[in-house]
Amino acid sequence: MADALVWLVALPLAGALATLLLPRAATAVALATGLATGTAAAALLYGVATQGPLHYAIGGWTAGLGIALRADGLSALLVTMTALVVLAASVYSSAYFGDGSQRARFWPLWMLLWTALNALLLSGDLFNLYVTLELLGLSAVALAALGTTTAAVQAALRYLLVGLLGSMLFLAGVSLIYTGYGTLDMATLAAVVEPGPVVWPALALMTAGLLLKTALFPLHFWLPPAHASAPAPVSAVLSALVVKAAFYLVLRLWVDVFADAVTAAAAALLGVLGAAAVLWGSWRALRAARLKLLAAYSTVAQLGYLFMFFPLLHALPPGPARDLAVGGLVILALTHGFAKAGLFLAIGVIQQRSGHDTIGELDGTAQRLPATTFAIALAGVALIGLPPSGAFLGKWQLLAASFATGQWWWIVVTAIGSLLAAAYTFRVLGRAFGHRPYPNQPVTVAREEWPALLLGAAAAVLLGLAGAPVWKLLEASA
Amino acid sequence: MLTAQWLYGLTGCVVVALGLRAALLHPSLLQRIVAINVMGSGVFLVLIAVAYRGPGVAPDPVPHALVLTGIVVAVSATALALALVRRLRAERNDG
Amino acid sequence: MNLDTWLPALVVASSLLPGLVIFFLRESSHRLRTVLNLGGAGLKLLLVGLMIWGVFHQHVYETRWTLAPGLDLVLHADTLSVLFVTLSTVLWLVTTIYAVGYLEKSPHRSRFFGFFSLCVSATVGLALAGNLFTFVIFYELLTLATYPLVAHRGTPEALRGARIYLTYTLAGGALLLIGTVWLHVIGGPAPFVEGGILSRLPVEYHPQLKVIFVLLLVGLGVKAALVPLHGWLPQAMVAPAPVSALLHAVAVVKAGAFGIVRVVYDVYGVQFADQLGLLTALGVAASITIVYGSVKALSEDNLKKRLAYSTVSQVSYIALGTAILGPVGTIGGIVHLVHQGIMKITLFFSAGNYAETLGIHRISEMNGVGRRMPATTLAFSVAALGMIGVPPVAGFVSKWYLGLGAVEAGMAAWVMPVLLASSALNAAYFLPVLYRAWFRTAGAAWPAEHITAARFETAGALMWPPVVTATLALAAGLFAAAPYSPLEWAELIARREYGL
Repeated sequence: MADALVWLVALPLAGALATLLLPRAATAVALATGLATGTAAAALLYGVATQGPLHYAIGGWTAGLGIALRADGLSALLVTMTALVVLAASVYSSAYFGDGSQRARFWPLWMLLWTALNALLLSGDLFNLYVTLELLGLSAVALAALGTTTAAVQAALRYLLVGLLGSMLFLAGVSLIYTGYGTLDMATLAAVVEPGPVVWPALALMTAGLLLKTALFPLHFWLPPAHASAPAPVSAVLSALVVKAAFYLVLRLWVDVFADAVTAAAAALLGVLGAAAVLWGSWRALRAARLKLLAAYSTVAQLGYLFMFFPLLHALPPGPARDLAVGGLVILALTHGFAKAGLFLAIGVIQQRSGHDTIGELDGTAQRLPATTFAIALAGVALIGLPPSGAFLGKWQLLAASFATGQWWWIVVTAIGSLLAAAYTFRVLGRAFGHRPYPNQPVTVAREEWPALLLGAAAAVLLGLAGAPVWKLLEASA
Repeated sequence: MLTAQWLYGLTGCVVVALGLRAALLHPSLLQRIVAINVMGSGVFLVLIAVAYRGPGVAPDPVPHALVLTGIVVAVSATALALALVRRLRAERNDG
Repeated sequence: MNLDTWLPALVVASSLLPGLVIFFLRESSHRLRTVLNLGGAGLKLLLVGLMIWGVFHQHVYETRWTLAPGLDLVLHADTLSVLFVTLSTVLWLVTTIYAVGYLEKSPHRSRFFGFFSLCVSATVGLALAGNLFTFVIFYELLTLATYPLVAHRGTPEALRGARIYLTYTLAGGALLLIGTVWLHVIGGPAPFVEGGILSRLPVEYHPQLKVIFVLLLVGLGVKAALVPLHGWLPQAMVAPAPVSALLHAVAVVKAGAFGIVRVVYDVYGVQFADQLGLLTALGVAASITIVYGSVKALSEDNLKKRLAYSTVSQVSYIALGTAILGPVGTIGGIVHLVHQGIMKITLFFSAGNYAETLGIHRISEMNGVGRRMPATTLAFSVAALGMIGVPPVAGFVSKWYLGLGAVEAGMAAWVMPVLLASSALNAAYFLPVLYRAWFRTAGAAWPAEHITAARFETAGALMWPPVVTATLALAAGLFAAAPYSPLEWAELIARREYGL
């Protein structure tokens, strides 16, 4: 079962090369690779659920010199989410890219992005994280630059420079850690780390770099333009997975590796920035004129919720209450991944049909595409955090943890944020009610509309009703 | 730690700081790309300083491997950045 | 397949699954859509009948599904849930028939009936909720399912009304959620148990429990249209008549009132709530609403708006009954849940008939309509008399028990004036309407005669539903002492709540 770790990195990499060498069969090769990787992800999830954390030393070299791949409950869940989202978006892309030349450039980069994501989620040491972080950034930028407008290229370039800056800061932190402890293996470090003059600057540098990459307020300025001008499937993956990967790293470092070094003040700072992100992002989303901009700002806001968990996790002593909160955080992240991907894919359908995504002029299109509008509604329900979505369970845990620790101000922020999210969601959905006749067929282009619907349904219904195993999985590998 | 380590290490930190300042403040794209590369050089310098174990003793190979990897990554990233800058210039000249 | 574990879930599924299928039907498949709708309604009726029999004989039906550690989705059939489920199911069947006739030739019927079915599923789920967590889930689902129904026509007024509706209900839902999470953190999961579970918490929690009650009351009060949270209700009148009928008689407003009943009886426990002084607060809010709603109704000329304010007033009778300590007051409040539902739906069906057949929207246009549409106006009259409290229509029974209960609880001093004033005001705004309809001669022409009188005054699907529900209202009053009547069932609930 531990072999799945290697397959998850090797298969998409092979797929990238294959699609590069066989441009004419690229779509078929990509989808085949996708299915294979998806199977490997399922195998990984099953393995972690039954055997606990999995470990694989590449080349047989042990930690210290070799590269180790590790998977516990958290990484297995994120790897599975990645696989499902990328698979759905791949099906969508097979119909989206009509233009031959764009298609030839798209698939290799797409597979490379998937490789980077998997490698990052499964890495067991800090330097490997740096490499995969860079690979992720480069492939994401290249994909974002596939957009045809000048604005897209500008946004991609800004994204690249910000990403490089972030990676450099991360590397600086890593080198400080090596200076202090002589090892980069995360499991080893978790055991020996102590608060002090080496760890704090290192953690600060690494976190600063990662916060740039995860677009936490006020370092979020690069995200809306980049996500809004990229092609639809790229935006979907950027918002749902790439920024989530950077957040995963912050979570890993703060809660797992450097847990002993974290102070209450630092955790509170992350929480405050998260709260600001929720309020600012939701407000900007409400004022956005374009659907993609709305979705991009919504990402900024939703990530804020995830950061509000940090002061709560720090204040709760290890025990069932803390486990509940961690599970809530994870299920919130998973739900957002599915919901945001579904939203961007649906917006892509609308943009292709009507040539634009301006909200004010949406009326006819929204009514001609009932399935897509329903997908937007499902995604919206998950973003607001209404039942039966997974986000409802996540926000419940956020509220419960706030009550349990007495930090009631997060409750106010959550309530306002959710109501703002409702405002901007229904601002769009209100356009779907009008005078045009209901088309005789709800779904027009199956390959484009069904992925959006399924992703939306996963977020709004599946994770909410079948989410209990998330807590069990996280518990098994704590 | 040995004196040489301190010297090179501190220099590395200063170079990183200089690079960071330039990356944040200079408006020109090309200068920003160069500044980030300078930051990278500073970090590599720190790593090399950490690898030194004294005269005549073989240095620690791990940081050297990290530096080599880092150089490769930095070169690829710079190449992509420059390609995008060229494309942006071309689009600006056309449009 | 163990029926005891699956029956509640099946009752919800009997409208959920047809609803989901209807979404994917082509717009032109009228017959299939109607078959699915009525088939689902009929099936649900059968299942509910089984449930009634079982609960009466102390059978336990419970579906339980774990959503997260410590958070279980529970569907549980007890006496109170069965009361509400039966009301919802019977009225849904009648409203479906009415809606099929009303929306003849309207666009977007697949979307409408899809969300219609989702709305009923949410209501039934809410009725069967076995703990506060499940109740909150279905409460929010109800908001989501009803928004498209209010916005259905797509006109700027409809969208505006829907937006206001959403603002109120989502804000209320947020407060309800916060109160529920708080309750969970200090008291653990809150299952609905007759007599409540909160009385066992130590005294230092009492101030928190009071604040939580206020949060829950405000959250539920939005849907139950307690003043000053009622603002959305008159605005939501832009919806088509079947939607107004369903929302006001069965689904949304009743859900809020039902929630208040549940919180007071099965979470706090009525004795404990009285101890904390919460019943007084509830009673005051209810009384203000009763009087305010009736006063505003007097000044409205638009028929549906007048009925809307009447709803605001009448639903608070349920809250008032809940605020009166003692089994008699409880019976009055709970039985009014059913009676008000049947009477109000009759009124809305009739209003819809006037609009659809003759283009009448205002009371001033109703002169002599009794001659033109006798069946509808007769149904309207029966229901209106019931609202005023004239025997033997059902409304009299509820008011009698409320008054009696107030006397027994020693609250007669302020409850009786409220009841009397309200009845007088009801008479003041209903009797003139009846007078116009029956005793004035019609004007030259009706505003817009869409359906001309053939064998019957209007289409069959429009005429029979209000006649049926008016008959039910009369029967509920006349046969109140019969077994399985709403009154008998309410007495059973009260007995189990007070442990008699």
